[in-house]
Amino acid sequence: MTKLRFSRKQLCIPYALFLILFVIAPLFVIVYYAFTDGEGKFSFANFANFFTSTNTLGTLFYSFGLAIVTTLVCLAIAYPTAYILARSNIRKKYVLLMLFVLPMWINFTLRITALKEILSLIEGNISRYPFFNSVVGMTYDFLPFMLLPLYTSLQKMDKSLLEAASDLGANRVTVFLRVTLPLSVPGIISGMTMVLLPSMTNYVVLDMLYNSDYIMGSLIGSYFAAYDWHNGSMISLVLLVIIFFVTLITNRFSDKDASARGGVL
Amino acid sequence: MKKALRYGWLILVLLFIYVPILVLAVYSFTEATTVGGSTGGFSFKNYVNLFADDEMRGMIFGTVALALICAAISTALATFGAIGAFYSKRVTKSLINNFNQIPVVNADIVTGFSICILLIVIMRVDKNSFIPLGLGHVVLTAPFVYLSILPKLKQMDNSLYEAALDLGATPAQALFKVVLPQLIPGIASGFMLAVTLSLDDYFVTTYTKPSTFDTISTYVVNATRGSQTETKTALWALSTLIFVLVIIFVAAMNIVSVRKRRSA
Repeated sequence: MTKLRFSRKQLCIPYALFLILFVIAPLFVIVYYAFTDGEGKFSFANFANFFTSTNTLGTLFYSFGLAIVTTLVCLAIAYPTAYILARSNIRKKYVLLMLFVLPMWINFTLRITALKEILSLIEGNISRYPFFNSVVGMTYDFLPFMLLPLYTSLQKMDKSLLEAASDLGANRVTVFLRVTLPLSVPGIISGMTMVLLPSMTNYVVLDMLYNSDYIMGSLIGSYFAAYDWHNGSMISLVLLVIIFFVTLITNRFSDKDASARGGVL
Repeated sequence: MKKALRYGWLILVLLFIYVPILVLAVYSFTEATTVGGSTGGFSFKNYVNLFADDEMRGMIFGTVALALICAAISTALATFGAIGAFYSKRVTKSLINNFNQIPVVNADIVTGFSICILLIVIMRVDKNSFIPLGLGHVVLTAPFVYLSILPKLKQMDNSLYEAALDLGATPAQALFKVVLPQLIPGIASGFMLAVTLSLDDYFVTTYTKPSTFDTISTYVVNATRGSQTETKTALWALSTLIFVLVIIFVAAMNIVSVRKRRSA
């Protein structure tokens, strides 16, 4: 009887096959569908549709605007919070951090339901301020994803550098601007990507808040509902290209923090 | 003064985070149909409805079952994948690492849509078989398991595996008795991450699910479109229950980790 012999390397074969079949292949399929028509013939029609339609282009710009504003608002809220948490010398600061990221584990549709009730109570009719409410909704949803990488980068910063700077005569503002802020850039970048991409595509937040949708994700949603795989693939391809470039830029800045997405546990 | 300012800011952010959840929690124990509306007094009505309704019970059970099954498959697949890749040649390793990164940076909606096209449109796999849904969730979660195991592999003492082989263990024995036990913290946190990602997912689910099956996410989104107030307020109860469970879970994790640190 021959014994089953294998080397450790061979253990990756199932996973490698899995990645090729269900991660790589679907991407090729998207590209193929984006450039073919219903009969499977090569066609630029979907491409032309995307770049000539005022609807899709408008949606692209609206998504960008919404995503950028949301990202900046998240940064403005999360940076001071992460800074205070990282610098405070209270005991059990880990518990305090947990308090800030805990909602991450509650299903986001339920959290948006809660937010919607409160916004309706405050504003009366929430469809009156669609852009503002979208930003609030997305911020509410994505804040922990901005907070965590910022906290991590501020927390692990070498404190002796800050002491050195102030010993050498820098005042607190200078220390912050010239030492702390530059050193936290990887955290800022990785937080920004964690928020930027979802807020371009997560149309459910808008949909739930006021039954309306104007962002890139919702285009895919409506093509899906209409069984229009070709135009849907075109939108996906555009998103893929955007994601590719964003990743390219962020890889230059960020340190390899694998656990960025929900990695406290 | 400075200190007051700092704590004031933290409290403000916490209020933003928790006021909606807590207000909803309070209203979930009343007869109210909108927040701020007349409460009609204390009531367990929503909680009774949540568990009395077959559809909602099935939806909650289905969501949890899906998350656990898919997380288990992801964990097995990605754990062996990570071990294998870690000891492979540099080219293979970086190829797998890069492929693994794709679903991590990709928008969930693109992941879901592309799997839908491949499996349902091209390969004509029946949606109702749950295969597209299951595969979709494994694609979504396995890369994160892979990423949480990688650091543990780097920390591991390689000579232990060699020693096991020298002492006569077969590669399989060395793998299961020496390598895997050392990876347990990474495997456990990867599994937990997979469960939470699967529970929270909307996009992959919506593009791959059988038409009669709903997870919490898709159910809630459909419920907000409808006008069934009874369903809506029952979901307030669900939100509150999940909130309490999360608090208990996080607190338990903290206590365990504090104990571990003390005994170490």
